[in-house]
Amino acid sequence: MYSYTEFDDKFLAERNAQFRAQVERRIDGSLTEDEFKPLRLMNGLYLQLHAYMLRVAIPYGTLNSAQMDQLAYVAEKWDKGYGHFTTRQNIQYNWPELRDVPDMLDALAEVKLHAIQTSGNTIRNVTADHFAGAAADEVADPRPVAELIRQWSTDHPEFQFLPRKFKVAVTGAAADRAVIKAHDIGLRIVERDGEQGFEVIVGGGLGRTPMIGKVLYDFVSADDLLPTLEAIVSVYNVLGRRDNKYKARIKITVHENGIEDIRARVDAQYALIRSQFTGVDQQMLSRIEADFAAPQFKTAPLAAFEAAYTNDPVFRAWADTNLADHRAPGYAIVSISLKAHGATPGDASADQMRVMADLARRFGHDELRISHEQNVILPHVHRNDLPELHAALKAAKLATANIGLISDIIACPGMDYCALATARSIPIAQEIATRFDDLKLEHDVGPLKIKISGCINACGHHHVGHIGILGLDRAGVENYQITLGGDGTETASIGERAGPGFSAEEIIPAIERLVLGYLDLRNDPAETFLQTYRRLGLAPFKAALYPEAQANAA
Amino acid sequence: MPKPFTPKVITANALLEGDVIYQTASGWTRNLAEAEVLTDEADADLRMIDALTQHELVVGVYLADVAPETGGPRPTHFREEFRAKGPSNYAHGKQETL
Repeated sequence: MYSYTEFDDKFLAERNAQFRAQVERRIDGSLTEDEFKPLRLMNGLYLQLHAYMLRVAIPYGTLNSAQMDQLAYVAEKWDKGYGHFTTRQNIQYNWPELRDVPDMLDALAEVKLHAIQTSGNTIRNVTADHFAGAAADEVADPRPVAELIRQWSTDHPEFQFLPRKFKVAVTGAAADRAVIKAHDIGLRIVERDGEQGFEVIVGGGLGRTPMIGKVLYDFVSADDLLPTLEAIVSVYNVLGRRDNKYKARIKITVHENGIEDIRARVDAQYALIRSQFTGVDQQMLSRIEADFAAPQFKTAPLAAFEAAYTNDPVFRAWADTNLADHRAPGYAIVSISLKAHGATPGDASADQMRVMADLARRFGHDELRISHEQNVILPHVHRNDLPELHAALKAAKLATANIGLISDIIACPGMDYCALATARSIPIAQEIATRFDDLKLEHDVGPLKIKISGCINACGHHHVGHIGILGLDRAGVENYQITLGGDGTETASIGERAGPGFSAEEIIPAIERLVLGYLDLRNDPAETFLQTYRRLGLAPFKAALYPEAQANAA
Repeated sequence: MPKPFTPKVITANALLEGDVIYQTASGWTRNLAEAEVLTDEADADLRMIDALTQHELVVGVYLADVAPETGGPRPTHFREEFRAKGPSNYAHGKQETL
């Protein structure tokens, strides 16, 4: 875990003091809203539908137990006793009052957390594989370089007024759990001739014009990474379209100019600035890497785990869905589902946060992660501790065995909170989860990712859901469009629109028809929804979704 | 021909709490039923100018369509319905007190 230097502490304290003064000047009337808005956005403070919303960065999704405890404290003291974990590994508080926000930020700074660059046209919170440092399939832990990028991009003088927001994601594994191909820049740590470097992907993104990122460089050495990133963002800063908000993201810049043209410009810019990088960044990186040294993994018997796995079917079901392979023998990566059937995806109460923090302290080498799929991860747990851990999770209603299944739904806040939304997302997620729990079909259906966005901006990643749902306003009524066959992993693809949308009442039965249709179409229970879709294409799924059209055509 | 003016209320968020408020004849209310319904376009323009000057109290002022009913104005669009009530996943926001 990165430990703040004196400089970091001072920087954050100063920044919070500045914002406190800005809030005071807004309240006493010396600043108008037009003057204040860019200042509050730079510090993660939005004004939403019913209240202000404070978005706090969780850099590359990593927390320790003290930080999680403090998130709980903030939720209880200044909010309504809960927080919402987002698809960008942030946490959002939905009900802060303006006057309290400086105190909230000071409380967060006590545990080295902040809300800087969680909004605005800047480089946003750098996200990473939530299994980083633990996954069995990893080349290297992506978090040290993510921290380096956080430091480089924070308050970067050239990049505070980009044409549009800018998102970077990093993974250290071939299996992409960080959706790197749907980011402005996606980085993957790769090895070539024994040397570690980076595959650099640019121009991915979802939203109004979804694009899969393109490979800009297949190998950039570690010491060339920051100058390369600086050159890319610099080229985008000049070339990106400031005339049209909807064409301002780098995905459009890459699309309009072509990847070869962008590469030539980045090469030229790189040549111009390379000498400014004297190697200090690499010295900083080695200090950061020391902070992320792996914990001392223990060797212990597995008797308790094996006994529970054999004798307790509830534990077994949970272990089968919510554990992933760890690189250390005897260990597992635990995914804690924040998707209890009928609950709001990504929400955790202050009590639940404290339970998770406590479990991390007792069983998890003090580490927690937030996944972009809105769950919490304990990355390092010895299997023998799992029965006790599972019992504690069960008591806190955190033991839902549904990771990767149909009820493990990503949903943006939608029109229940968001000022930009065109329809609600949360109730749709709640109803789908409840419906398939009633049908007891979830485990038969197997791996299936449903992702729901309440507007075209696609915070709910609907384009890369196996089933994507997009909520729109059609003549004053909520309407839901379905896309199929999306994929956010290393085999990324954008989902295809299935046909006309459905009303809020029709959408749950439509999803049910679709999933039952899949069960009929698959070759065998091992063929997943996505595999079946890729084998057969849209037509048979469309027939299941629109039986009337089918009947009319016949 | 321009579209006929439909009944509206002036709405915004309170600067300090952020919650949804509506303009009355003499100030602001948290309860849509108490809002002043504007049926004349010229009058609505004047009331908007008045609301926009109160930047030390309110944020994000705009005109929202309503249907005037005996119990007070009702929202005509679902977005305004949520603003008047609160989110659907928890009984938070206005529905806590209404």
